[in-house]
Amino acid sequence: MRGRRFRILLAPTLGVCLLAAACGSKSSSTGTTGSTTGGGALPGVSGNTIKVGDLHSLSGTMAISEVTVKNAELLAIDQVNAAGGVLGKQVVPVVEDGQSDWPTFAEKSQKLISVDKVAVVFGGWTSASRKAMLPVYESNKALLFYPVQYEGLEASPYIYYMGATTNQQIVPALDYLKAQGKTKLFLVGSDYVFPKTANKEIKAYAKANGIDIVGEEYTPLGATEYGTIINKITAAKPTAVFNTLNGDSNVAFFKQLRSAQVTPQQLPVLSVSVAEQEVAGIGADVVAGDLVSWNYYQTTNTPESVAFVKAYQAKYGADKVVDDPMEAAFTGVHLWALAVAKAGTTNVEAVKAAMAGLTYQAPEGLVTVDGDNHHITKTARIGLISATGQINEVANSGGPIKPDPFLKSYPWAAGLS
Amino acid sequence: MHVALAQLVTGLSISAVLLLIALGLTFTFGQMRVINMAHGEFIMAGAYTAYMLQGPLGHQSLLVALPVAFVVAGAIGLVLERLLIRRLYGRPLDTLLVTWGVSLILQQVARDLFGAPNVEVRAPTWLDGGVDVGGITIGANRLFIMAIVVVSVTAIWFYLTRSPQGRRTRAVVENRQLAACSGISTTTVDQRTFFIGSGLAGVAGVGITLLGSVGPTLGSNYLIDAFLVVVVGGLGHLRGAVLAAIGLGLLRAYVEYWSHASIARVVVFLAIVAFLQARPQGLFVLKTRSLQ
Repeated sequence: MRGRRFRILLAPTLGVCLLAAACGSKSSSTGTTGSTTGGGALPGVSGNTIKVGDLHSLSGTMAISEVTVKNAELLAIDQVNAAGGVLGKQVVPVVEDGQSDWPTFAEKSQKLISVDKVAVVFGGWTSASRKAMLPVYESNKALLFYPVQYEGLEASPYIYYMGATTNQQIVPALDYLKAQGKTKLFLVGSDYVFPKTANKEIKAYAKANGIDIVGEEYTPLGATEYGTIINKITAAKPTAVFNTLNGDSNVAFFKQLRSAQVTPQQLPVLSVSVAEQEVAGIGADVVAGDLVSWNYYQTTNTPESVAFVKAYQAKYGADKVVDDPMEAAFTGVHLWALAVAKAGTTNVEAVKAAMAGLTYQAPEGLVTVDGDNHHITKTARIGLISATGQINEVANSGGPIKPDPFLKSYPWAAGLS
Repeated sequence: MHVALAQLVTGLSISAVLLLIALGLTFTFGQMRVINMAHGEFIMAGAYTAYMLQGPLGHQSLLVALPVAFVVAGAIGLVLERLLIRRLYGRPLDTLLVTWGVSLILQQVARDLFGAPNVEVRAPTWLDGGVDVGGITIGANRLFIMAIVVVSVTAIWFYLTRSPQGRRTRAVVENRQLAACSGISTTTVDQRTFFIGSGLAGVAGVGITLLGSVGPTLGSNYLIDAFLVVVVGGLGHLRGAVLAAIGLGLLRAYVEYWSHASIARVVVFLAIVAFLQARPQGLFVLKTRSLQ
């Protein structure tokens, strides 16, 4: 009897363990039935309002980043409404929770499109969530504004990419490291599509530019133990670490790196997924002196940036920080509103036509929408994390960089896409 | 040789973290057979206690946070035991689902109270340094975690073997009916055991703040590892948990050094599955004459 009772207990425990372990790698199977928007009625318009969707992870492991992006989008919607709305109608957000689960992003997208009949959806963060949503928007011919920097090599006709593509973030970061004489790089990343693709591009760049890649390591999302990887880094003796870790793992990585007595002066870490929000969670004293690459920092000195920070803090609290993905999300809402105003309708094809070549004076500076690949021009900025938690710009690209998601203008990238 | 030694140190410090998070479970899961999916949230409660205390108490608050987190997490555990788990003894599947629901609720409560982003818990300055042993640097905070583990294990061992309350706990674990017949209040023992188990999770939470993130989902990152240690060690066995934690920590450290982090995780899982095939009851078996 005893043995059987043990087994009864062990079976569900192990079952749950395995289930939880498998959740991260669940593949998406999206039912893309449902109607196409457009047709007779205009998408999102009913009476005096225009409905728009807002789809981010408000729970689960990604909530840490996505909740603030949702906040920035709601702020932009407030501003649009305060200025008289779009086409004389008030914009009403329908907020949904993607739950940090990629199939849920696809399901909720379908719900927003066919049940709520929204004019546009602002949403997503991880590349996995975007890849899961992409077929839903393409088959429904509906619009998605995606706010985060990503690995490039994509240009969907129904997605607008507000974050940086590779040549606006990673390539400038590599150029900076090269100019600083950092020619031995160690790559650390989370084990999923963005870091893997980004590192493929970094390796191609390194090969063409005489940079040695002395190590490449991936850890599962949510990993908390970096002792071994830090031992590998110290053994490989790189001159800089290129970090594409995402989420909570950054906290563990930096805390344990400092615990192993590796300082930014000896070995700088350049991160592309650590912004002001993440610095606050890691602890500014832990990451002070390390480098990041983005297109916008809270300290970026433009009148639009000052106004954006002021408006955000007035709405959500004076101690709140803003960062690059929030600025991109904020810019996305304003660009969409401008495009609808220009088109005079929320009809998807008309809005797409209006988007091409549209410009907007964003907090990061002037951005222009590329009508062909649906990305926007962005200024690259390398930042140094200060002990106060703010990030100070140490170098920039001098002006907006044209988006090149497939890296066609870079000879070393031939064969990547 | 140098690499093997460096990994030994890394492996032992992984073991210390594993053991720290599993200690509480050896009580609630090991002794009481309650599959408590909310155990991770008790760890989180401990971490947030450290965060709350550093405001008024400043840098040195970590030492104060250890006992306070024990009481806070223990109290949450006690409430959970009184309200829900007590009614579900002997129904492991129901307990599993209910406590999972509780864990989701507690995560959302933390998100509403402290916000979704991670918060910063500053380590005291005396934990900034490191100790150099034969060319290998061991961070002071890792040594501190090892110290917490050693102290906790010793305290538990004394409690279980030397105190009257501990003896009653063991009596109830070995034979509940007979213990009740002998005049032991099993309800009191259950409550006390659950309090201590949850409290130890709180202590683990304080230790974890030195190495990882402090956010609403902190607990779920560690929960599976904690269950694995207890299952491999054998339910209710302190020395089983100690040996299992050391074994799993070293295995992970060495496999990861010669392969990659994801592969190391797979290898550890496979090793556990194979081990449990050969020994479903874990490293140690509790020998008892009771008919359950």
